Amino acid sequence: MANPSEHIVKSYDEELKHLNSLIGRMGGLVETQLDGAIQAVLRRAPESAEVIVKGDAQVDALETEVGALVVRLLALRQPMAVDLRHIVSALKIAADLERFGDHAKSIAKRAIAISQVPRIPAPGLDRMARMVQAMIKDVLDAYLEGDTNKAVKVWRRDAEVDQLYNSLFRELLTYMMEDPRNITGCAHLLFIAKNVERMGDHATNIAETVHYQVKGTKLPDDRPKGDDPSFTIAEGQG
Amino acid sequence: MTESILQDRTGRNTADRVQAGLKRRYAAERRFRIYGLISILTAMGFLAALLTSIAGNGYGAFLQTHVRLDILFSKADLDPGGTGDPAVLRQGDYDALIKDALAHRFPDVTSRADKRKLNGMISASAGFDLAQMVADEPEIVGTTQRIWLPATGDIDVFVKGNVSEKVPETERRIKDVEIGWVKALQSTGDLELKFNTRFFTSGDSRNPEVAGIWGAVVGSLFTLIITLALAFPLGVMAAVYLEEFAPKNRWTDLVEVNINNLAAVPSIVFGLLGLAVFLNFFHLPRSAPLVGGMVLALITLPTIIIASRAALKAVPPSIREAALGVGASRMQTVTHHVLPLAMPGMLTGTIIGMAHALGETAPLLMIGMVAFIVDIPTSPLDPATVLPVQVYLWADSAERAFVERTSAAILVLIAFLICMNLLAIILRKRFERRW
Amino acid sequence: MTRHLELKTAVMDKKTEDRSEAALGNIPSTKISARNVNVFYGDKQALMDVNLDVNAREVTALIGPSGCGKSTFLRCLNRMNDVIDICRVSGEIVLDGRDIYDRSIDVVQLRALVGMVFQKPNPFPKSIFENVAYGPRIHGLANNGEELDEIVMSSLERAGLLNEVKDRLAEPGTGLSGGQQQRLCIARAIAVSPEVILMDEPCSALDPIATARIEELIDELRANFTIVIVTHSMQQAARVSQRTAFFHLGSLVEVGDTVDIFTNPSDKRTQDYITGRFG
Repeated sequence: MANPSEHIVKSYDEELKHLNSLIGRMGGLVETQLDGAIQAVLRRAPESAEVIVKGDAQVDALETEVGALVVRLLALRQPMAVDLRHIVSALKIAADLERFGDHAKSIAKRAIAISQVPRIPAPGLDRMARMVQAMIKDVLDAYLEGDTNKAVKVWRRDAEVDQLYNSLFRELLTYMMEDPRNITGCAHLLFIAKNVERMGDHATNIAETVHYQVKGTKLPDDRPKGDDPSFTIAEGQG
Repeated sequence: MTESILQDRTGRNTADRVQAGLKRRYAAERRFRIYGLISILTAMGFLAALLTSIAGNGYGAFLQTHVRLDILFSKADLDPGGTGDPAVLRQGDYDALIKDALAHRFPDVTSRADKRKLNGMISASAGFDLAQMVADEPEIVGTTQRIWLPATGDIDVFVKGNVSEKVPETERRIKDVEIGWVKALQSTGDLELKFNTRFFTSGDSRNPEVAGIWGAVVGSLFTLIITLALAFPLGVMAAVYLEEFAPKNRWTDLVEVNINNLAAVPSIVFGLLGLAVFLNFFHLPRSAPLVGGMVLALITLPTIIIASRAALKAVPPSIREAALGVGASRMQTVTHHVLPLAMPGMLTGTIIGMAHALGETAPLLMIGMVAFIVDIPTSPLDPATVLPVQVYLWADSAERAFVERTSAAILVLIAFLICMNLLAIILRKRFERRW
Repeated sequence: MTRHLELKTAVMDKKTEDRSEAALGNIPSTKISARNVNVFYGDKQALMDVNLDVNAREVTALIGPSGCGKSTFLRCLNRMNDVIDICRVSGEIVLDGRDIYDRSIDVVQLRALVGMVFQKPNPFPKSIFENVAYGPRIHGLANNGEELDEIVMSSLERAGLLNEVKDRLAEPGTGLSGGQQQRLCIARAIAVSPEVILMDEPCSALDPIATARIEELIDELRANFTIVIVTHSMQQAARVSQRTAFFHLGSLVEVGDTVDIFTNPSDKRTQDYITGRFG
């Protein structure tokens, strides 16, 4: 963690380490869930999608474990200052990661559906997914290292994800206008893209949490954001 | 219990190792207790031996051999003019009355030497007793009264069986002829051991049979009152000042060291000081309990100061803080809270000091309280002696009959001490408060 | 005595001022202001240049490891250190605009204004009534027996003890339980109606329930008194105080709102201490 010195009570340190490792494991798990879900979409592989859907239970179980550990720490250690922020942050991050996993699960579900409709090329989706994957990886590194710079970088990167989402949105809109038979596939893809975009948002949430945990202050509200797709619609129509 | 952490290299575990040493430990404990018991029993044994020997020796002094004689208060001898004037009555030869009575009782004694012996059987002070009787009741003049008169010390010693008849006549003070008279008197019931009230009511005397302890008791009482009145307030004030108010610096350290040293100075030195200062410089009366009390106050002062300081130190600082915290001044803190709590300890220290003072002899010798004083003192300015000095005086006297009086005086002294200690316990219980 | 009254009235004026100020802007007014306070025990320096403001009608907690000088500082506030010969205090401590170490201030008078509650409950070995009545009596705050009764009753009431002891006011105060004794000591302190109450680890000898009662009492007393509390329990400081000051090795490291100190202290030493990283 960020604190060089250790607690006088060693078991406290061990519990905090265990908390970190749980978060780390959750992070790794949702990363692979995301990767697997996107691969299932791109490769049209409903079987592997099934595996991903089932895998979400593991994420949920980890979140429950984190919740229990946090309650235990709060009750038994009466954490203060940086420890308190650390423990509360872990709870929030676990919640974010759990939502992250839920998004991966819905992507996987859509991967099953999408494998039955004609293929639509969506090169942006892969890139977006990779970007979010990198973000979640970096933000968890930032959490484990207590590195706010890294967290702030992740926080800024969400703008790119938003931009990619916007361009993908336009692209899929174009496909749908070209041929109504594409609408089913495109709609699924749109939702998938939205899921990925939400995952990016969770990553930025985690980045904010990490910043609060380390510095004790909030990041400014004016996060750099990409264009809002709703305006894109207005543009497309107008 | 057989788990590895409790096992040493030889494979025995802690419980076994403890077990092995347990017997030895308990044995040591038992031995220690036995030593303690032995020392207490030894101490109590010595004390019991001392007390029984003193009590055994001194018991006799509470009884006194008396001889009953028919005394004729002859008007012709005592009051030839028939005036009944007390001054005339006082001039009478009462010893002659006793001589006449004895001659009447033993008519066959004729030789001068035997007559002197016969007259010597009755205490030389008996004449004074008769004079006193006449002074109290002048109407008995002219009558014959049966009166118990104290026998002399030698007769008393014989009657109490402290001198054996088997000792050759030349080696004892009481001769065969006297023994004969004693037996004759005993056979008619005219010689008896009676309770010796005189011992508790009269002052000292050269004649052991009439010597009493009361003068010394009163002298001791006066002396102790003076000592208490001087040493207690002074000691407590000094202790309070040193403990509560005085700054802790070199001067107070010096004072403290000196107080501790004073406590260790031999008491005779205080006696010399009293002689030089109180008697020779201030010209206070010699042999007076006033001066004795002042000297003893000097001796007990360090004891009281040290004990009082210890008592003050034992008052928890939290009480002082509590009082100061609500805004009591230091003076209020001390008088309202600290002193009441320290009082039992101070009283204990004072009583110990007083008991010490009661037993003190040497310094009083220096200021003349060793004088032979017959009168009972009526004020602290009268010449007096005190109990331990009385013991010393009697122990030094030649007469055999003084031996048992010495022991009796010691018994009285011990009784006095016990009373003082009881008083101390009662006072302490009254003042003691829990916190 | 007259001087005492003077100060008292001056203080009262100040009080009304404070109240209006607080009503207007809700700005805490400074009750005690310590500037460059240094304390020496002989050659050893126990406090170094402490600057601390204590706000009126707030609870200020002093925390820090043992021997950090927090109790020493507390005892400077009512000059309890005067009792210790080798103790020397420099700097100034201003209470309501007057330096309490000034010659014109009498220490007895000061202690009537700044009451104190100690670590170990220390009731006098007297009756419950006498314990509370002692302060008013020595300061002559009651003109007659009825007034004294009233002061005692209201003090016990405010200390939350009246219901428990009203039937046994004549019994010794030392016969109460630890928590009751401590509340008795608080009643004794407030019976003199001081401006400030200093508490030196008032709950360290009490069980959690008794502690909670004292904490609740402290919270109630905050409406009328300025309270400075030294505590070893950070949780307690967090629970009862509005401001917290952290002392370390004789220096005041950090002072601030309790919430800030316990969630995001600015000094690393504070951080390490409150998270249990050094002892």
